[in-house]
Amino acid sequence: MSPEAVHTYSPALAHQFDDAGQQKEAATLGMWVFLVTEVLFFGGLFVTYLVYRNWYPGAFTAASHEMIVWAGTTNTFVLITSSLTMALAVHAAQLGNRRLLMTFLIITMALGCVFLGIKAFEYYSEYVEHHVPGMGFQFEAEHFQHAQLFFSLYFMMTGLHALHMIIGLGIMSVMLWWSYRGVITPEYTNPIEISGLYWHFVDIVWIFLFPLLYLIGRHVHG
Amino acid sequence: MSSTVLLPPRHYLNDGYGIRSWLLTRDHKRIALLYLAAITFFFFVGGAFAVMIRLELTTPIGDFVSDETYNKLFTMHGVMMVFFFLVPSIPATLGNFLIPLMIGAKDLAFPKLNLLSWYIYILGGFFTLYALISGGVDTGWTFYTPFSTVSSTTNVIPTALGIFITGFSSILTGLNFIVTIHRMRAPGLTWFRMPLFLWSLYATSLIFVLGTPVIAITMLLVAVERIFHFGFFDPRLGGDPVLFQHLFWFYSHPAVYIMVLPAMGVVSEIVPAYCRKRIFGYPFVAFASVAIAVLGFLVWGHHLFVAGESPYAAMIFSALSFMVAIPSAVKVFNWTATMYKGSISWDTPMLYAIGFIGLFTIGGLTGLFLATLPIDVHVTDTYFVIAHFHYIMVGGAIMGYMGGLHYWWPKISGRLYNEFLAKISAGIIFLGFNLTFFPQFVLGYLGMPRRYHAYPPEFQVLNVLSSAGASILGVGYLIPLCYLLWSLRYGLVAGSNPIGAVGLEWMTTSPPPTENFLETPIVTWEAYQYDQPMETHVA
Repeated sequence: MSPEAVHTYSPALAHQFDDAGQQKEAATLGMWVFLVTEVLFFGGLFVTYLVYRNWYPGAFTAASHEMIVWAGTTNTFVLITSSLTMALAVHAAQLGNRRLLMTFLIITMALGCVFLGIKAFEYYSEYVEHHVPGMGFQFEAEHFQHAQLFFSLYFMMTGLHALHMIIGLGIMSVMLWWSYRGVITPEYTNPIEISGLYWHFVDIVWIFLFPLLYLIGRHVHG
Repeated sequence: MSSTVLLPPRHYLNDGYGIRSWLLTRDHKRIALLYLAAITFFFFVGGAFAVMIRLELTTPIGDFVSDETYNKLFTMHGVMMVFFFLVPSIPATLGNFLIPLMIGAKDLAFPKLNLLSWYIYILGGFFTLYALISGGVDTGWTFYTPFSTVSSTTNVIPTALGIFITGFSSILTGLNFIVTIHRMRAPGLTWFRMPLFLWSLYATSLIFVLGTPVIAITMLLVAVERIFHFGFFDPRLGGDPVLFQHLFWFYSHPAVYIMVLPAMGVVSEIVPAYCRKRIFGYPFVAFASVAIAVLGFLVWGHHLFVAGESPYAAMIFSALSFMVAIPSAVKVFNWTATMYKGSISWDTPMLYAIGFIGLFTIGGLTGLFLATLPIDVHVTDTYFVIAHFHYIMVGGAIMGYMGGLHYWWPKISGRLYNEFLAKISAGIIFLGFNLTFFPQFVLGYLGMPRRYHAYPPEFQVLNVLSSAGASILGVGYLIPLCYLLWSLRYGLVAGSNPIGAVGLEWMTTSPPPTENFLETPIVTWEAYQYDQPMETHVA
């Protein structure tokens, strides 16, 4: 080993990097690029939704009247709050306050679970009302076909979003474990920060889903 | 090259021998070889289907296989070759091996992710092989709805899931390459000092990252529509089948550039090395790669000229498709200008590079035919289209892949292959390729449709020529498999830079040590300085 290859030792520095700064930049850029792929992934669905909404405004308005708005609104607040606690968790990690970090991670995860619980309640209500396509779907005859399309898209979009939430909860569990074990230090906060980026992204997807599925056209009597 | 040269005492190939040292490796060079083995397997599986297709088409009547079997054959040929060979071919093998070497880094930015993407690729491959063994799939590699979601009774779901899964491997590879090229370059290696191979892989990675998620969601929608009877594309459930085509080609047209851009990058390395000249117009070649990647996302509609697209959209897509010819031609002209007054050596990689330039030009020009609305309507779904995209994918992408594999083989293996056999087989491949696919241009223009196992007797002569060419092509691909494997053990030791090429990858030993460079190099020179002797670079 040449002398210049010896750096200040850090157990968190992977062998391929020269220093912690490079590692952090790479990890952050990597997560941003990943989020770009996620935008394109959901983008395919958003395009599909927009095309059909544009073609069948009446049916989509009628179907969106069946959404439980108070549940969607509550969930929006729950998720935005969880983004706040996530940001506070990152801040706590940077300060090196492990206790606070773990507290905020736990609150974030709890809010994520509340979101999924309310979502599950909505799914159950829609199942009871026969609004699940392919499972004895029922709707007023005029809009039957295209309302089914709306609900197909609704379940696909919110289902994929919920899957991302579940993956997010898994990531947060690992973060909690690492915080508990002391892997996260003020010098090494990358995992918390890039997990936070992911969590915020999943929130933002919901910020778009909520008005598209629940709100647009509500004032129109379809 | 004298045989007294010895392999370096310590290199990535002798750094551990057990199966675990390979399957759990995080070394980009070993992962590249894992990919090499896997894609070679899928290449010969896909090739076997091609052999059966050409066997069937030697006679006008459908006598060798049934029409249903034939549908499955061309589907599995397309799926295997596109998703499991062509898309990962150069990026995952040569790119994986060379990016850290070319930028003077110890590894890619995310080595574990790199290994994970290989495992994801293998998992997707198993899904697809399962679909194949348990009965096959007959939708064509394009999975057009509503046939794929409603009518087909074959294994659409496992195949679609296989492609969905493999997509994540592409995404992770692209992500890894982008971050590596941005953040891991050695001191002094500015963007415009990078080898052009890296520019083309960067452009390819952009397509991986921006395009692949869309095919992933599309395949997921197809699978969900089949499983749960959700009606995204089924007209009876309110969906629109043409929307599927839009989503599919939004990825699958740029995917063509995923296949050909890396091959262009390989040619940009080989041509200066064997002409002993700097590349002509470096920034133009570099930006042409990015331009192809960007324009590639704006032309998908030319696959839908006959699918019920508005005439205005069709005209715009036609014009945009023509624009792709500009950066493509910039590259061809720059390679040609590089060769002008160069001292050209006709070694195997150069033969492949020249083959690439000629065949890519034919493939590209016939692409302009297809971008022209009236001609496209005439030849849609005929063998003209088949011939066109095989000139790009086989004549272009595979020629580039073979050229690159030969060019860097001494670096990868530390040994030299048999040059005589290599030249012979390059010639055989070139001949066999043209004999296979040139008659298909004529067949298509005369009106022979694709995807039928029988055809009118007047097409037989051209079809027999094509099948004869395919058998020659098959032999051409088997010979390199033999002599390259042979060279692994018996080839002459190459030394670190057998052809006197420039570039960081030639400054380390062959095979390189696990950490690539004993000291991080500091780059003070431009790329392709063939007008200055190599020694002056290494201070």
